[in-house]
This record gives sequence, structure tokens and C-alpha cells, in this order.
Amino acid sequence: MPDQELTERVRGIIAATQHVPKEKITADSTFQELGIDSLDGINILFAVESEFNINIPDDAAQNIKSVRDVVEGIAKLIDGRDGQAAVRA
Amino acid sequence: MQRRVVVTGIGVISALGHNWCEFWRALREGRSGICPMESVDRALLRFQNGAEVRGYDASRHFDEKEIGLLDRFAQFGVVAAREAIAAAQIEWTPELREETAIVTGSCVGGQTTQDDGFINLYRNNIPRVNPLTIPRTMENAAASRISLETGVVGPTYTVSTACSSSNHAIGQAFWMVRSGAARMAIAGGSEAVFSLGFLKAWEAMRVVAPDTCRPFSRDRRGLILGEGGAMLVLEPLESAQARGATVYGEMVGFGMSSDAFHITQPSPDGAARAMRAVLADAGLQPEDIGYINAHGTGTIANDATETTAIRKVFDAHADRLAVSSTKSMHGHTLGAAGAIEAIATLLALRDGVLPPTANYTEPDPACDLDVVANVPRPCPIEFALSNSFAFGGLNAVLAFRRAD
Repeated sequence: MPDQELTERVRGIIAATQHVPKEKITADSTFQELGIDSLDGINILFAVESEFNINIPDDAAQNIKSVRDVVEGIAKLIDGRDGQAAVRA
Repeated sequence: MQRRVVVTGIGVISALGHNWCEFWRALREGRSGICPMESVDRALLRFQNGAEVRGYDASRHFDEKEIGLLDRFAQFGVVAAREAIAAAQIEWTPELREETAIVTGSCVGGQTTQDDGFINLYRNNIPRVNPLTIPRTMENAAASRISLETGVVGPTYTVSTACSSSNHAIGQAFWMVRSGAARMAIAGGSEAVFSLGFLKAWEAMRVVAPDTCRPFSRDRRGLILGEGGAMLVLEPLESAQARGATVYGEMVGFGMSSDAFHITQPSPDGAARAMRAVLADAGLQPEDIGYINAHGTGTIANDATETTAIRKVFDAHADRLAVSSTKSMHGHTLGAAGAIEAIATLLALRDGVLPPTANYTEPDPACDLDVVANVPRPCPIEFALSNSFAFGGLNAVLAFRRAD
């Protein structure tokens, strides 16, 4: 899946879970800029896991602090990029 | 007139054994009860370890009818209460039954019962739910059962403030005995967390460690859930002396606060306010405290925040007091945590041995306290605190003194 399409879907998920307009969320937005705290972040990852049918390990989840981190994390899991085995639910 | 309040009975069932002697032996040896979980299918979970009560046979404690009425969490509360009451050698009279209070804590009550009932309903398409589900599930099931068994008819209730539940319960009971509102109190808490639905909910919170519980250690990765129950018998020093009761220690203060900050992130200000409140309630100075049984869950956020809070309250004295988290051995038992740790604190004072923080590997600059790493420490101490800080920002701290 191209990163651009992934980014679009992630922006949509964040907009829906955080109740913020999608236009405010860019590929470069950090969670901090968007006012997303740790509990919100867990909620976003929960929505991402459901949407893509993946399991994001806790250690990886801890380092996800931006839209780009989410996109890269998903890409790794669904494509097995960076030599990391895909983890499917 | 305020009475001095002493603890004349204790009872514990936990991953470290089925009575307080086994519990204390494990703690003073620094032995952890954290193991791969056996009561659920681990293949369905990201985390694999828990602090389960092993080898527990309900039929050794209850007949079949009682087992039908009592969820595992309530059984743990009753087992602990029976041990504490037996240790206190209470001679019940009608008057004492009327003037005794029972206050218990539980975070989630009969979780296992609820899970089982809903599996039948939603998955197995069985449209009927066991009629005992409600009495088994209610958080006050243990308190009510203890009242039924003992015939205690005084103030009896249950507090549910997540991980602070049993500290709030013991604190309230302490205040009742100190003020004379109750002549005696049985107080503590119990929890049974090992049902799949509940564990999945914890998994989703991403705060459970994939390995073990390493409070204050730089490589800590989260908490480890535990189950169990613990109860204390509280009574005025005078009456304990008059009847020649064994005194395990003195309870000297209770403090509480709310963070009003965030539903899950802890606040150092809220925790500090609760510790200041307990010192004020006990009439103590920060310098009087020699040991803190920390909330110390092993999460990144709690342990750093608790360290900051302790430094705020104790200032330079924070470097002269010992802090340990026994959750590294008995796990985080949520609504039972305060009661289990209260007993650890009392026995530490009684024997002059501080239970360690087990599984500790390397110092974290964000947790730069004397955390009694891995090895129990002989150390005579007069006053100690036991901290509980809950999700929801509700904090409760108890203060104890070594018996004379």
C-alpha cells in the first residue's frame, strides 16, 4: 500500500477518534501539536489495529508520537518492511 | 478524645502464599510470585505473566453452596478476614458485634463471574444468566459475607476507588476506630483479575509488562497484574492491652487527595498532597518517616511521578528514607493492593526488615530514590507510609508505627 494512501487513512482515523477536522492533521503533525495525550494515543492505535487488522506491539506503540510514526508503523506491520515480520491479528 | 489505634489481626492470601506467614517469608526473602498465567489461555494475550494465587482449592475454605454464592474475589476477602479475625482472637459479644465496622475495597468485584455469564449469553447463545450473578458480582460481596459469618451488624460497606480502594477502606475504618465511632474494625480488600475479558482490557491500555514487574528500574516495561485479599483488625490500643491481644503495629494516619488532572496520567501534586495529608493527620514531620511502601507499579509514568512526589514532600530527607515496591513480588492487585501492602509495611516495621524491590536491574535517573534493590534490608524503623494512587487520580496514603 503506498504511503500516501496510508497517510490519508491514518488522517481519517485520527480525525474521527479525536473529533478534529481532517484538514488540521498533516503527514508531519506530531501528537503533541494535535493535543493528543497518551490515552488518546492508545485509542488511536486501537482504531488503527481494527482498521488494518494488525497488532501493534507495546514497545512499538510507545515510540509512536506523530502521524508519520503511525504510518511507518503500519507499513512495517502490513508489508513486513525493514525485515520485521508482519503481525496479523 | 482520639484513641490510639492498633492492628491486632492480619490475614493475606496472595501469589506469595495462602496466609500471612507465607506472604511475609517470601517478601523478606525477596522472592517473586510472578509466573506465566495458568487460569487463562495465554495465546490470546500479548502479555504472559501474572501473580496468581496458586494451588487455591475453594472447597478447603467453603462448602458448595457458599462457593455458588461467592466469586473468587469475595472468597479471597473472606479467607483473609477469617485469618485476621482468628489472629486477633476476638471474643464476640452482642455489643461488640453492634459496634464493629467492616470496610472493604474492590476495584472490579466479581469480574470472573461476569465474564463467564456473558460468554454464555453472547457466544454460546444461552439466553439465561445464572441468578447468582448479581450477588456474586457486587463489589460489597466480601464485606457482606464477612458480616454474615461474624454476625457483625455495625457500619459495613465497600469502597471502590480503583487501585486505591483498600487504602481508602482501611483509612475510613481507622478514622472510625480513632474517633470512637466504632469499637473495632475489619478492613482491607480483595481482587480476582484473571478473566480473559478483563485482561484484554488491560492489554489494550498498554501498561502491562511483557516480562516482569521492575519498579523504579530503568528498563521497567509496565505493571504485572496480581490477585488476592488482605484484611486487618483495628482496635483501640487500650482495649487491645486490656484483653492481652497481640499487637502487630500501630496505625497513626490516613491522608487522601484527588489529582483533578487526568483520568489515567498521574500527577505528582496530587500524590504529594495525599502524603502531606497523612503526615498532618498523624502529627508527623517528614523526617520521622523511615520507609515508604511505594505504589510503585512498574509503569514508566507512575514510578517517575511518584519519585517526584516523594521529593516534593520529603525534600532532602528523600535521600535518607528507604522506598520499595512489593508489587514486584505480589503483583498489582488493584483493589486489594493497599491492604496487601499495609500488611507488608506493618511486618517490615515489626521485624525491622525492609522487603526489597525485586527484579531491579539498573538505576533510572528519573527514579533516584533508595529503592532497596533486590535484597531485603535489616533496618529498624519507627514510622512508615504505604502509598496507593489510582486511575482517576484518587490518592490514599496510610501511616504506621512500629508497636512499642
